[in-house]
Amino acid sequence: MKKTEQHQPAQKRSSVTRRDFVKKTTAVGAVVAAGAFLGGKPPAYAQSRKLHYLQWSSFIPDADTEIRRQAEEFTKATGVEVTVEMINQNDMTPRITAAIESGKGADVMLLINNQPHLFANGLDDHGSLMGELAGGDIYDWANGAVVVDGVARAVPLFNIGNAIVYRKDVFDELGLAAPNTWDEYLAVGTALKNANLPVGQTLGHTFGDAPSFAYPLLWSFGGMEVDESGKVVVDSPETHQALAFCKEFWEAACDPGGLAWDDTSNNRAFLGQTIGATLNGASIYFVARRKFPDLADKLAHVNNPEGPGGRYHVIGPRSPAIMSYSEEKDAAADFIRFMFQDDNFSQFISVNSGYVQGLTPKWESHPVWSSDPALGIFSTNAKYGRSYGHAGPWNRASGEAAEKYIVVDMFARAVQGEDPKAIAAWAQKELENVYN
Amino acid sequence: MQTQQTAPEPSLRERLVTALENQRVLGYVLMAPALLLILIFIAYPFVLGVWMSLTDKIVGTSGTFIGLGNYDKLFASDIFLTAAWNTVFFTTIATIFKAVLGMWLAVLLNRKFRFANITRATVLLPFIVPTVLSTLAWLWMFDATFSVFNWTLRWLWQMEIGIFGLVLKENWGFFRGPLWLGDPSLAMASVILVNVWRGLPFFAISFLAGLQTIPPDLYDAADIDGASGWKKFWHVTLPLIKPVAIVVIVFSIVVTFADFQLVYILTRGGPNNETHLLATLAYQLGMGSGNIGQGAAVALFMLPILAFVIIFQLWYLRREGVR
Repeated sequence: MKKTEQHQPAQKRSSVTRRDFVKKTTAVGAVVAAGAFLGGKPPAYAQSRKLHYLQWSSFIPDADTEIRRQAEEFTKATGVEVTVEMINQNDMTPRITAAIESGKGADVMLLINNQPHLFANGLDDHGSLMGELAGGDIYDWANGAVVVDGVARAVPLFNIGNAIVYRKDVFDELGLAAPNTWDEYLAVGTALKNANLPVGQTLGHTFGDAPSFAYPLLWSFGGMEVDESGKVVVDSPETHQALAFCKEFWEAACDPGGLAWDDTSNNRAFLGQTIGATLNGASIYFVARRKFPDLADKLAHVNNPEGPGGRYHVIGPRSPAIMSYSEEKDAAADFIRFMFQDDNFSQFISVNSGYVQGLTPKWESHPVWSSDPALGIFSTNAKYGRSYGHAGPWNRASGEAAEKYIVVDMFARAVQGEDPKAIAAWAQKELENVYN
Repeated sequence: MQTQQTAPEPSLRERLVTALENQRVLGYVLMAPALLLILIFIAYPFVLGVWMSLTDKIVGTSGTFIGLGNYDKLFASDIFLTAAWNTVFFTTIATIFKAVLGMWLAVLLNRKFRFANITRATVLLPFIVPTVLSTLAWLWMFDATFSVFNWTLRWLWQMEIGIFGLVLKENWGFFRGPLWLGDPSLAMASVILVNVWRGLPFFAISFLAGLQTIPPDLYDAADIDGASGWKKFWHVTLPLIKPVAIVVIVFSIVVTFADFQLVYILTRGGPNNETHLLATLAYQLGMGSGNIGQGAAVALFMLPILAFVIIFQLWYLRREGVR
């Protein structure tokens, strides 16, 4: 018996030792390589390994090309074969859920907004990576998006800003000035609609443009989902006012088709010259500049209008995250380091032509912002940025409320003629169901 | 003692053969693989689903037991009640259309005409094409700005043609035609339309198979009695096709009730949850919001309704069998 007992650990040790050896040598290799990495060189791995990276398919095709280029460079330098998969943003959340539940899937995923809160239990601890890459410089709101109960669950990489893109030539023709307040936007929109080029805005169930329009409208009238303590306070006179205004604005200024639009519809409508203004990222301008240069010369951007409660934009970082189940965490961390590397990220900002912003102040002076006067405005987004669940803290519930489109549907109901007070009471009940 | 020792012990193989000669044992043995498959692929996920619906499971956690807490929350939510109502409405209307139009199409296809076989095969196309692909085509046809329906309407409108004394205006301005997926009632109608379009061939071909089993001499006898076409349909065709029809309709109710792809692609439950179905809501809650406990509860809510439909079908078939 004793002999057997003595033997077992020995056998165990010998079989594990081999694995341990590989693990340890890889870890040591990674540490050594990380040292070299700081000098701008990715580490080289001794054996062929595979990494799966999943992200959204960007509205800027060049951005996807650049990510693929970075992945290829990373493979060349490290020997780690990177599979880059790009899918529709609307399909990302279910993919992440399925991956975490099954413990299988991509090693690194690009999360959006407060998804690190939603999926905290399936994400690795990114504390050291966060300290190394973002340091203390990162904007507070971006920090809040990824830090869950004191632990960083992803590293925020960039934000996609938005602004109202409008037809400057039509504005000039009609004697209109860029709107500064919601009332001015109402007047401008009315004139545009009379000229058969209405404002185009979606209030459908789609992840980007619908909440980007609805939340700031609510906030700028002083309404909010929850107060700072997290109590649901949406049923307020301010919300009623925002809903009543939206109905008036929709009827007088907007393309009624917006109720069924997804995130690509306003891009198509604007480029198809059926609308005269729309809140969007820089993607419309980007495509126009490349495919319809004459139209691009006629475009200009302006920030969201100001209301009695201020001026706001929805912000939400895109943050690569290493999944807990990944067996390639070291390589995954190195791939994230590679994306954050100054030359790579600078190139990423450049190819996006103003569509994305960095999340530390040093990127505010990136040459892209001065390269084209039409784009400068996107760099100011962070100043007006608020996240879903404002004025409460970032958490899982605000993500669930957004996923259920409760705030978007408040406005969709308002423009269909329902009573603002009844709508706000409905939203209060639904939000309490989510938050409590 | 010696005699006992010399009696040969039956070998394992012999004992096995003897056991398998017993029909009861053989029955269980033959059933075992199927039972195993059912246990692994149906019973286990089902029990897991029931368990999840009774927990506060969030993605990535195991969740703790909360009894009927998820169901309480669901019944307090208008979004859930809207989705439940939409599902019943969607299933009822779509099934009625599919059954009536399917029967009509089957009767037409049952006639003898040129290229009958090719036509019958072609009718199946909507059922064969992957739903995701065909629904994407419908999405484009319903597009708010570039809908082919609306462009046709606008084109007709611009011709200033008169219909029923109404002369159509030339310029629609910003108005681009009906909001197929933007107007709440039109959105539901559009989703039903696509479901009917996709499901109709299944009804038609199944009914056609049923029609072809009806002996022609029954129609000859009805002709001799001077029955009209409608009477022949009502008194000969319908009673004889009823067992097939019940099975097809029940099967369709189950599939339609749990439909997901159409709504997910066309509207994602919008506008304003007016096209949300239980399946899309379960997906939104469980997979989208990571609230797996509630998502499982929504999905399980479909169970009693579907179970009732299936029990009715079994009862009916058994009754018909006894007859």
